[in-house]
Amino acid sequence: MNQIQREFHLPTIDKLKQMKKNLQRLDLIFKNEHDTETILKKTLARSNDEVINDLISSGLKGRGGAGFPTGLKWKLAAEAEAENKYVICNADEGEPGTFKDREILSSVPHKVLTGMAVCAHIIGAKQGFIYLRGEYSFLKSQLLEIIDDFHGILDECGVNFRVEIFMGSGAYICGEESALFESMEGKRGEPRNKPPFPTDCGYMNRPTVINNVETLAHTYSIMKYGPEKFKDLGVQDSRGSKVFSVSGDTPIPGIYELEFGMSLQKFVDDFGDGDSKAVQVGGASGFCVPRKRFEKTIIGYQGKLRGTSLPTGGSMMIFNSSRSMYNVLHNYLDFFVEESCGQCTPCRVGTQQLLLGIQAVKKGEQPSVYLDKLLDLAEAMRITAKCGLGQSVANSFSSIVENFREEMIY
Amino acid sequence: MSDKINLKIDNIAVSINGGSTILEAARKINIRIPTLCYHEDLCVAGNCRVCVVEQSGSDRLLPACAMPVSEGMEIHTNSMKVRNARKQIVELLVSEHRADCTRCYKNGKCELQELASEYIVGENGFIDLVAHKGYTIDNFSPSIIKDDSKCIRCQRCVRTCDQLQSISALTVAHKGEHMKISSFFEKPMFEVVCTNCGQCVNRCPTGALTEKTYLDEVWSSLNSDRKHVVVQTAPAVRIALGEALGMPAGEIVTGKMVSALRRLGFSSVLDTDFTADLTIIEEGNELLHRLKKVVKDKDDSVKLPMTTSCSPGWVKFIEHAFPEYLPNVSTAKSPQQMFGALAKTFYANKIGVEPENMVSVSIMPCTAKKYEADRPEMRSSGYKDVDYVLTTRELALMIKQAGIDFASLPDDEFDSIMGESSGAAVIFGATGGVMEAALRTAYEVVTGREVPFENLEITPVRGMESIREANIKIENVLPEWDFLEGVELKTCVAHGLSNAKKIMEAVRDGKAEYHFIEIMACPGGCLGGGGQPIPTSPAIRKKRSEAIYAEDRHKPIRKSHENPEVMHLYEEFLKEPLGHVSHKLLHTHYTERNRY
Repeated sequence: MNQIQREFHLPTIDKLKQMKKNLQRLDLIFKNEHDTETILKKTLARSNDEVINDLISSGLKGRGGAGFPTGLKWKLAAEAEAENKYVICNADEGEPGTFKDREILSSVPHKVLTGMAVCAHIIGAKQGFIYLRGEYSFLKSQLLEIIDDFHGILDECGVNFRVEIFMGSGAYICGEESALFESMEGKRGEPRNKPPFPTDCGYMNRPTVINNVETLAHTYSIMKYGPEKFKDLGVQDSRGSKVFSVSGDTPIPGIYELEFGMSLQKFVDDFGDGDSKAVQVGGASGFCVPRKRFEKTIIGYQGKLRGTSLPTGGSMMIFNSSRSMYNVLHNYLDFFVEESCGQCTPCRVGTQQLLLGIQAVKKGEQPSVYLDKLLDLAEAMRITAKCGLGQSVANSFSSIVENFREEMIY
Repeated sequence: MSDKINLKIDNIAVSINGGSTILEAARKINIRIPTLCYHEDLCVAGNCRVCVVEQSGSDRLLPACAMPVSEGMEIHTNSMKVRNARKQIVELLVSEHRADCTRCYKNGKCELQELASEYIVGENGFIDLVAHKGYTIDNFSPSIIKDDSKCIRCQRCVRTCDQLQSISALTVAHKGEHMKISSFFEKPMFEVVCTNCGQCVNRCPTGALTEKTYLDEVWSSLNSDRKHVVVQTAPAVRIALGEALGMPAGEIVTGKMVSALRRLGFSSVLDTDFTADLTIIEEGNELLHRLKKVVKDKDDSVKLPMTTSCSPGWVKFIEHAFPEYLPNVSTAKSPQQMFGALAKTFYANKIGVEPENMVSVSIMPCTAKKYEADRPEMRSSGYKDVDYVLTTRELALMIKQAGIDFASLPDDEFDSIMGESSGAAVIFGATGGVMEAALRTAYEVVTGREVPFENLEITPVRGMESIREANIKIENVLPEWDFLEGVELKTCVAHGLSNAKKIMEAVRDGKAEYHFIEIMACPGGCLGGGGQPIPTSPAIRKKRSEAIYAEDRHKPIRKSHENPEVMHLYEEFLKEPLGHVSHKLLHTHYTERNRY
């Protein structure tokens, strides 16, 4: 593989300590708190409506990238009528450049489990799963021990809920919630048609709440500190903090919990190496922002890019001027050509066409205007693909080709 | 979900039951939305994305086939955004499809080709992906050719094989650019558990799955002076052939078909219906024989329920899936193979042709019949009993190649002998037909009276319900059948192999007790066979079924045992049902096969 991947350093505690003092690091999620039982008892003593309303008023949105309001999701699942319901923690962290969930599960898993248990209590689920990324199998034994302890706490609190770990097998697409259900049901990991949505018809066709690891950890903070404190952080529709996986051309790669609403310029000032030419926000399926737009780009759900929300899965890859954006894009497209589930036409064939297309233009086999045809294709992929991932696979193509067109041709 | 939902499609108001899709609503007001992966017989996949439509106020397009309607929706099926997106998707599909149309067997009958021409996919398409992929063609099966280079991954075949047939011979393998429709361990189709039913062929929108054609072989036989070419036509061909030649579904074209076959140069134009009647005599007597052994002689070695054996897809299915029940399958050959065995013995002798100079061709609604004719057991005449099997579609192609204007042909009659048939034989083409035909004969043999149903129509076994049961009480029997007095004959009819599987599981688990089970591998029976004209749908199969029962009603002879040519055959050649000659020519045995 190329340079991008070689520079993914694993963050160590030492490195985190070496961080510059002026970084707005919040340390809300990673604060080591040992009060699971207290928080659980306190929350369970309140009415379901109160807890849901807290979540809704906190403004917490899904941290996997799609940004669905968490409180609403729980509410919908609570209202669905079914004998069996499920809570699933999506720990299939597969987006290139994202490695925050693994750190959350390593250092504060009890917060995630508490979030799951409260959710289960509210919606009426007895069974929960952590869908753990195949590559994170090293976390399994440690997690199982913690789950065992947690089951003890649940018994003391009188909560009839059990959590199991389901190991993923390495397919990127299985991070998409409905493909994840299919995978858990023993089928090919392929996204389903929506509607119906998981809160009505999820795992085993039962109402299911599926939340990202980080989202569940945030619910713990909201339960502990109240929605106001959470809402005080961030801007407008992007409330709270966000854990970012920072990689690429940065002297301080690692995992950082930052407040929403900072400009990309501020981010690059803090994390860049002084020569940043672009930041890929949201991983391979996210957007590439060029230097000229750092100032105007705000990190949060209400990004101004293309009039759509800026994906906020948490991956921030910084590229300096030594990087070829053609190579960067080629790498992303290689990834998608391999990792598309292959089910729907726009994603399966579209990704292949984008890859072959930039190769052909580079080699001079296609004229540079062929890029315009591919930009139209990218737009068609965005509006016609079956799942959220398929709709976003062309984002990197569009944003890189629009901003670094000359690098594609020469 | 049955409350009415009101929406607008292309500014036309439509009201439809809740739970319906946008596609259904559009069809209701005669707006055509193109589809590829959608098929009426199958669950919705929503993966080709050709049917995308625009909803006012929504940025992304919606798949009409999968999206339920909601109150106040405003849908646009022909906006600029929709047309652009649709064209791109068609272009993408064309780019991964070997668009070698003029050389393709499905040329002119390909749904992708139709869309490509509608959306004017010209020279400025995307880069050809086929060249990058090193495809091979699987043409080892005697029935089905699989050409992945023409596959557009709509998964209709996968859903057909899984949902309708519960076989899953075809399934999705790999992901991303390598995603393909594959078989177990990517082995050729003839090595895996495939029943050759051809339902996948019927539903493939392109030329990726086609029947193996034997047109050249048949033409060359017809052109040979030394060869006497006999042809037999299955019951379900005459009610569907017209569809492949531009006529509406449900047209009975028996007479025109006979004319056409003569014009094509077949020396003897005969009828599989004749041996369908013969099958009833042999199989009906076998049933009575088994009943006698079980009820009267208490013979444990004889198995009930007895199942039919005329559907080669079903036979191969049970050989793979329930081999422990092979002793339950009637040993009577299918009408096609009975015909083949008689053609090169009895008939050849009758007309004074050396069997080695006879070529036996059958026209079948079926692709599995091609496999059946190739089975090593099917050589009881000393030669290959049936040399070539053509589907209804292939016959239509021959007629076109010969320049025959089918619609204007006069009606003609089958040759005698082996051309006469009863109404009971005609209904072999519909699910429940063999059962009805067998009951018409068996009941009369045992009681001396006609079956107690008005106009001989045993309605409980008719219809398109997936599994149907009928119990007939046998009373006032003839003296020699006294052991059957008061016995309630329990019968069951199923079509589609997923239903066959249910029945066999119920039998295995002791949850169902039957004496006689009719199973047809294909939905609707032979009329919905894998060799029938494309497309197929519940409505089309209903029309074909109505035509079959109409043909039965109009036949002067309605019961197999009253077919004079069959009676003559027994007198002159076979002597008696289940007799020595029958045993040699008309009965067979089965082979246990692997389950993977």
